[in-house]
Amino acid sequence: MYTESDLLPLSGLQHILFCKRQCALIHIEQAWAENLFTAEGRIMHEKVHSESHETRKGVRTEFSVPLRSFRLGLIGVADVVEFEKNSVTPIEYKRGRSKKESWDRVQLCAQAMCLEEMLDTDITEGALFYGKTRRRQNIVFDEALRRETEETARRFHELVGTRQTPPPEYTARCESCSFVDACMPRKIKNRSATAYLKGILSS
Amino acid sequence: MKKYLNTLYVSTQGAYLAKEGERVIVRSEGKTLGGWPIHTIGGIVCFGQVSCSPFLMGFCAERDVSISFLTEYGKFLARVEGPVSGNVLLRREQYRRADDKEASAKIARSAMIGKISNSRAALRRAVRDHSDKLDADAVREASQRLTHSLKQLRHEDIAADTLLGVEGSASVAYFSAFDHLILNDKKHFFFENRNRRPPLDNVNCLLSFMYTMVMHDVRSALETVGLDPAVGFYHRDRPGRPGLALDLMEEFRPFLADRLVLTLVNRKQVTAKGFKKSKSGAVRMSDKTRKAVLTAYMERKKDEIIHPFLEEKISVGLLCHMQAHLMARHLRGDLDAYPPFVVR
Repeated sequence: MYTESDLLPLSGLQHILFCKRQCALIHIEQAWAENLFTAEGRIMHEKVHSESHETRKGVRTEFSVPLRSFRLGLIGVADVVEFEKNSVTPIEYKRGRSKKESWDRVQLCAQAMCLEEMLDTDITEGALFYGKTRRRQNIVFDEALRRETEETARRFHELVGTRQTPPPEYTARCESCSFVDACMPRKIKNRSATAYLKGILSS
Repeated sequence: MKKYLNTLYVSTQGAYLAKEGERVIVRSEGKTLGGWPIHTIGGIVCFGQVSCSPFLMGFCAERDVSISFLTEYGKFLARVEGPVSGNVLLRREQYRRADDKEASAKIARSAMIGKISNSRAALRRAVRDHSDKLDADAVREASQRLTHSLKQLRHEDIAADTLLGVEGSASVAYFSAFDHLILNDKKHFFFENRNRRPPLDNVNCLLSFMYTMVMHDVRSALETVGLDPAVGFYHRDRPGRPGLALDLMEEFRPFLADRLVLTLVNRKQVTAKGFKKSKSGAVRMSDKTRKAVLTAYMERKKDEIIHPFLEEKISVGLLCHMQAHLMARHLRGDLDAYPPFVVR
């Protein structure tokens, strides 16, 4: 069990799943870099977060719902949570399209687990809404997804606890990463500044 | 690649800067002189009677745009910064290294290698381009003395005191040749020695002004990457002195400031008429000259070069930022040493 002072941002789960170093740059080094993708995401979320709640056909929809879990050690905000008589459903808005990686599902599952802990209830399903395709995808919180979510939260805490940014590893993903300039994956990897200095001295 | 952003220099006396939506606007005598979207601006420098609205200051702080206030003549007064950026772990590492004499000397050595190598490049370039117009032997001799200084820096575990000595003699050698690099109107543009408080001749006046401009850029770059500009490795702590900014500036002096001053004089972009000597002997620039210098500096920052360590094309205006970044990456342990920018 974590305490209030241990809580880390829930959004970090996506970061560590995407790249350990990106996660460390954001959550240890406190760097923030915006690119087209993050700007689009931010503007989309500003829209989602503009209202507080509405009730329609027996469904009360709340926007920007604060979340936390002492079990996972996470704190965050759900874009949308739908409250019905017998169910609670978190919904997360994403700018892109559905991906084969579990990044978005893990984030949504963590939100559900926070709500379960806070409301002392069981949540079986949530939804991801993708801006590009304008499709809503239902996600079932099964055992496998819950285990992956717990494991990811544990790895996230472990990484931030080390206070060390792991070395860069260059992959195709780096090209879409807004931190590519701060990270310098290709420029720093295996580069010796000592050899560079020697080169200057002997020229 | 990070985009190079312009610095907004405001020297119109009585001008007022304000925020209008996402734009910075400049007003004077009830008229709007111009407006620029904030995302196109990297920094703002105000000369003399120029004021800013508090909302603009807050807006700039939020967007990492620094604002410096200088006297009409370019003497630094103050700057406005937002909350301390970056993180405490990096600054703690910076302080730990600064407290460690040997670790500091290692970084100071890198900065010195950058400075002396770039000083020598400036001399070599002058000989290459103008051997017919200057005393090539004298300049070559000075450049050889710099080669000797660089040799003395070969030892990786050099002591701080030795570094000071090497820097001292390198600086003497470089400035002894500096006058030879001035090729125009030697009656009004000459260099005997470096004086700055106040500058006593036209060339020192230009140098001081350029160093202040480069300093603004270096400080902003350090703050943006989360380093403390006050705590240096070569320039030890002294209250009010931006030690790390001075460290980082060393490698830029010959390449950015000195070279631009020489270009301005040699290409007659500034003339003796643009300088005034006060009764005390202090030399000041006219508004027109200051504008010409700033315009030339802004143009220079648009030039593109290949960064010798990163092996990538970047604009001159981004160099300070890149070097601040490399310093942070070294302190964090990503790089085995600090790689200074050197002219190839």
